[in-house]
Amino acid sequence: MNNNDSQSAAIRLEQVSFAWGDKPVLRDLDLSIPAGRVTAVMGPSGCGKTTVLRLITGQQIADRGRVLVGKIDVGQLKPRELNHLRRNIGVLLQNGALFTDLTCFDNVALPLREHTPLPEPIIRRLVLLKLQTVGLRGAADMYPRELSGGMNRRVAMARAMALDPDIMLYDEPFAGLDPISMGTSLRLIRDINRALGITSIVITHDVDEVVQFADYCCLISEGRVVAKGAPEDLAESEDETVRQFMQGLADGPVPFHFPARPLDQDLLDSGAR
Amino acid sequence: MAAPRTLFANPVRELGRALVFLLTAISRMRLTRLQIAETLRQVYFTGVRSLVIIVTCGFFVGLVLTLQTYDTLTRFGAGDAVSTVLALSLFRELGPVLTTILFAGRAGTSITAEIGLMRATEQLDALDLMAIDPMERIVQPRLLAGIIAVPALVLVFNVTAIFGGVVFAVFLMGVDPNTFWGNMQASVELGRDFMGGMIKAVAFGFLASWLAVYYGWTARPTSEGVALATTQTVIATAISVLLVDFILSAIML
Repeated sequence: MNNNDSQSAAIRLEQVSFAWGDKPVLRDLDLSIPAGRVTAVMGPSGCGKTTVLRLITGQQIADRGRVLVGKIDVGQLKPRELNHLRRNIGVLLQNGALFTDLTCFDNVALPLREHTPLPEPIIRRLVLLKLQTVGLRGAADMYPRELSGGMNRRVAMARAMALDPDIMLYDEPFAGLDPISMGTSLRLIRDINRALGITSIVITHDVDEVVQFADYCCLISEGRVVAKGAPEDLAESEDETVRQFMQGLADGPVPFHFPARPLDQDLLDSGAR
Repeated sequence: MAAPRTLFANPVRELGRALVFLLTAISRMRLTRLQIAETLRQVYFTGVRSLVIIVTCGFFVGLVLTLQTYDTLTRFGAGDAVSTVLALSLFRELGPVLTTILFAGRAGTSITAEIGLMRATEQLDALDLMAIDPMERIVQPRLLAGIIAVPALVLVFNVTAIFGGVVFAVFLMGVDPNTFWGNMQASVELGRDFMGGMIKAVAFGFLASWLAVYYGWTARPTSEGVALATTQTVIATAISVLLVDFILSAIML
């Protein structure tokens, strides 16, 4: 299994450690993302999910360990090589991060105009096709502020796909979406992945939805992978951390209380003051 | 004894950071077609949209300046010299200085807030992730636009201020128009007075847009962070323009 894993892995994190200042986020994390499938990376807030994404795109460099995209070690890249890699990775940021002074059309056209010598009529066709995929061709001339949050994210999805990347990364694509938009988004993620045969990574904490789009699932807690496998297997896991997360229990291995002194001591002290 | 040290250490550190930022922006300068188009768009946003405030303020500055000088000069029987004082003070000092401070309030703040909010809403990250250098696409065009827009605005300011002067001196006080224009032509030197002022305008435009993009770029991505950064832009621009103005004037005279 392990051997098989590493052969078909599109992205691998090997013994990766990372700290924000003094605060360790990832500790010897091992993670391999299978090629051509949708992988959900889950975990409680602050467990280092987004850091994993930033390591893959080279926005952050691991303190120790290697991050491999294909055979490329992201940490070793020069700026120009990193830009080359990034053209091959589509990223959907949490709120879409569309450029508010550009129309939806121009937002999607931006990477094409920057990175390809294509003439404007061809760019136009490509952009309209991308917008058609996410169902927003009709909104091409509108500005992001005129669209709902869910639609903004779909336009951003079209923009992320503009250069036909081999890898798509989604950072919390469902956060704050209504049920309809959420359903649309997760179908889109799955369908785009199947249609284009790309590798997708979805960072999320929406446990119930994961089963509907993910082929593979990793659960990160306290900077380590605590469980991986098909979403159905994770749902039935006996492991305490996995159960706490999947069933949304308030207290468990991830404590409800922020670390503090014992309550009675705190109360007594404040009485004395 | 820590207080005096931090008093000087902070501005010096800030200046160092701003210089490093500027050198990074300049070292990555690449003049492509897209870059030029974006620069022109920024000239429109910062320059053309500042026209109303520049024209209005220019007119009233010309008006009040003429009023005060005419009043003083007539006490010495030299009322006719009013156009000389008006033109020289405008071309040499008031035009470039006031225009730049107005520019900082109108355009500098909006550049700072725009870049700060782009950082807060992950737009700068998005550019980076699309392999587009935000230094190149966001910072450089705004930097160049200031260098183009401010001298152009100074010209507009000077013209409207002189018009304000004409309205007061010629139309209201009855100064002979031939004397007014004649004195002005005779006293203003193209090289030292006019071009000197334009050199200042270029320097101030550069200073104003540099500070605006720098404070936007380094703004903390929160509402207070962006608010603080816009304030800093205006304060820093006003102080540094007056300081640099003194230095340039001393060199030029």
